[in-house]
Amino acid sequence: MSSFLISTVSPEGSDPVDLLIVDGVIQAVGEPGSLETPDDVTVVDGTGLIALPGLVDMHTHLRQPGHEDAETVDTGTRAAAKGGYTAVFAMANSKPVADTAGVVEQVWQLGQDAGWADVHPVGAVTVGLEGQQLSEIRAMAESRAQVRMFSDDGKCVHDPVLMRRALEYVKSFDGLVAQHAQEPRLTEGAQMNEGVVSAELGLTGWPAVAEEAIIARDVLLAQHVNSRLHICHLSTKGSVEIVRWAKERGINVTAEVTPHHLLLTEELVRTFDPVYKVNPPLRTDEDVMALREAVVDGTIDVIGTDHAPHTIEDKESEWSCAAMGMTGLETALSVVQKTLVDTGMIDWSTVARITSRRPSEILRLRDQGGALEAGAPANITLWNPAGETPVNPETHVSKGRNSPYKGMPLPGSVSATFYRGHPVVLDGELNSPLSS
Amino acid sequence: MKHLLTTADLSYADALSILDTADQMASVSSRSVKKLPALRGRTVVNLFFEDSTRTRISFETAAKRLSADVINFSAKGSSVSKGESLKDTAQTLMAMSADAVVIRHGASGAPQQLASSGWIDAAVVNAGDGKHEHPTQALLDAMTLRRVRARREDRPSTGMDLEGMHVVIVGDVLHSRVARSNVWLLNTLGARVTFVAPPTLLPVGMGHWPCEVSYDLDEVLAQRPDAVMMLRLQSERMNAAFFPSEQEYTRAWGLTPERVAALDAMDAPTVIMHPGPMNRGLEISSEAADSPRSTVLAQVANGVSVRMAVLFLLLSGDESTPSLSDN
Repeated sequence: MSSFLISTVSPEGSDPVDLLIVDGVIQAVGEPGSLETPDDVTVVDGTGLIALPGLVDMHTHLRQPGHEDAETVDTGTRAAAKGGYTAVFAMANSKPVADTAGVVEQVWQLGQDAGWADVHPVGAVTVGLEGQQLSEIRAMAESRAQVRMFSDDGKCVHDPVLMRRALEYVKSFDGLVAQHAQEPRLTEGAQMNEGVVSAELGLTGWPAVAEEAIIARDVLLAQHVNSRLHICHLSTKGSVEIVRWAKERGINVTAEVTPHHLLLTEELVRTFDPVYKVNPPLRTDEDVMALREAVVDGTIDVIGTDHAPHTIEDKESEWSCAAMGMTGLETALSVVQKTLVDTGMIDWSTVARITSRRPSEILRLRDQGGALEAGAPANITLWNPAGETPVNPETHVSKGRNSPYKGMPLPGSVSATFYRGHPVVLDGELNSPLSS
Repeated sequence: MKHLLTTADLSYADALSILDTADQMASVSSRSVKKLPALRGRTVVNLFFEDSTRTRISFETAAKRLSADVINFSAKGSSVSKGESLKDTAQTLMAMSADAVVIRHGASGAPQQLASSGWIDAAVVNAGDGKHEHPTQALLDAMTLRRVRARREDRPSTGMDLEGMHVVIVGDVLHSRVARSNVWLLNTLGARVTFVAPPTLLPVGMGHWPCEVSYDLDEVLAQRPDAVMMLRLQSERMNAAFFPSEQEYTRAWGLTPERVAALDAMDAPTVIMHPGPMNRGLEISSEAADSPRSTVLAQVANGVSVRMAVLFLLLSGDESTPSLSDN
């Protein structure tokens, strides 16, 4: 069977080791040159590379079924592998919406067939994401897809009673509700962050309070019914303060931030280039700094890409008509390095925590996010932190070309991604999928 | 100057140059033969994604007085309703060799996108984009104010700015591209600007704008400003709970006959401006609109002059249009 020796690689930034993978499992870890290897072992030179547990993205839009012109499970998981991800959670806003066991099983099966990364469908909280009636949550939980996370992402579960019921209902199988926090009345027609720039540009504002009010309500609901709440793509300083307060009180809430909210600000909207149109919107410098601090102190648990590919025609239009969202899978770790590691705020073991370990804990994944030690499933990302390359979306394997980092130099690159012991990415290029 | 997109990035020198040119254009409009050959053979496209008869005929008149060929392209709703995209429209105009595109669009930023996209090589003139800017409106307002000052000081307006003038702008600042274009341009030209509006119709985040803000119209009018500009109240705002009722709005922020009488009683120098079309009886009373203080019709006339100046300055120095021999 296949075996790989990753030589002199630095696990999560610590002293170099050799790492032997046999049949999908880390068989041994030892001093460089110390391991006995099978004759037919493939040696991967890990010098200068950092080994991380394969990345886990709690927030991906794979667009299939229904929007295959923007992305498919196959192309989206290729992008995931290229970005170092070995598991992704596919949000429910497909067409049809992932609100039945049938749809989530289809997405799960497409992931199995593609073989680039684990695909875990996220189930819709409400039928059709319409916020009216709970979808058949338990049927999705009991399906082959074994859905544990439910979200109407893209829309907010704004009805407080419905949100309460959802939080209660998922307790029966240790599930969680992931909230897209956006008070709908406060954000009617919203185009960008409400503040200095929206005032000048005459674009309808998306006020921070519309996010913070929902988060405040939902942490209190989660406390009241003693359930698990996850906050998607936190984007404001005020949201950080509310989640910090909730965690101090012992409320079972976890929080996510996207790479783009850690780096980009509303100033970019002055270009009127719709590539910068995203929901929640890019905020201010002060928000960006608060979000980075929140990652450092653990208020924010995970990085979620909110990878949202769109067709060219959906983005190449007037700002107010353009679709919201930006791609992110293939640039996420570079942005994490730029904003958090290169700034000296966190080390590589914290990177492993926020991109892999913590999401795996939250989602109760048994075969992702483990320590890089003997006996663990070989989901491993080899990251080269050296060098800086301007982002060229034309080279991305995602169908989406809507990268907000176009032309921006970003540090680091994925050298290899091992998915269940198989190199889906090798020498920085897509290799081959895991055959089922 | 290649385009005219905003007043926020219009320099003092460029603004004065447009106003001085507009003064010269005004003298053309007062002749019996109201035509200059300056733009003969050049093509100006009025690309209107929103209805605006007033602005369109003003630009059309301006272009025709400069002997340009004018094409009116009404693309109302086209992109928003998933018809032809802005890009395709722009490239169509490019293929027709338009030299200037005058664009009115409901989406903030559409003129800037057109100018920076590379889809088109023509000069782009913003004729109003969403709630963002309406630079030629601000320029015609500045021209009107300058002429008021010139008359008052009995000297020629050429080269004059608005240093020391106090301009009060009243009404729906939140949704107004006229207010946004005016605040930057009037400030560039040295005027002092006061916005008066109910707090619901002022944008969050305007703290750094070069203006004062008041909620009390009577208090501001008592300062005997040089001009009071009443913004049009869009009918759709009435249903969106920005204020309780039209009557309450008019009582607090309308230019009522009583307020005009108060200006008269103080012998205030204040002229009354309005970008039109007016909602008589709502933001402005007939007594105010028809009073000798009103500059509403002068603004319309100055609009043609300012637009002639803008088209002239953007196109006359431009040699980029290929001649037939280039083919």
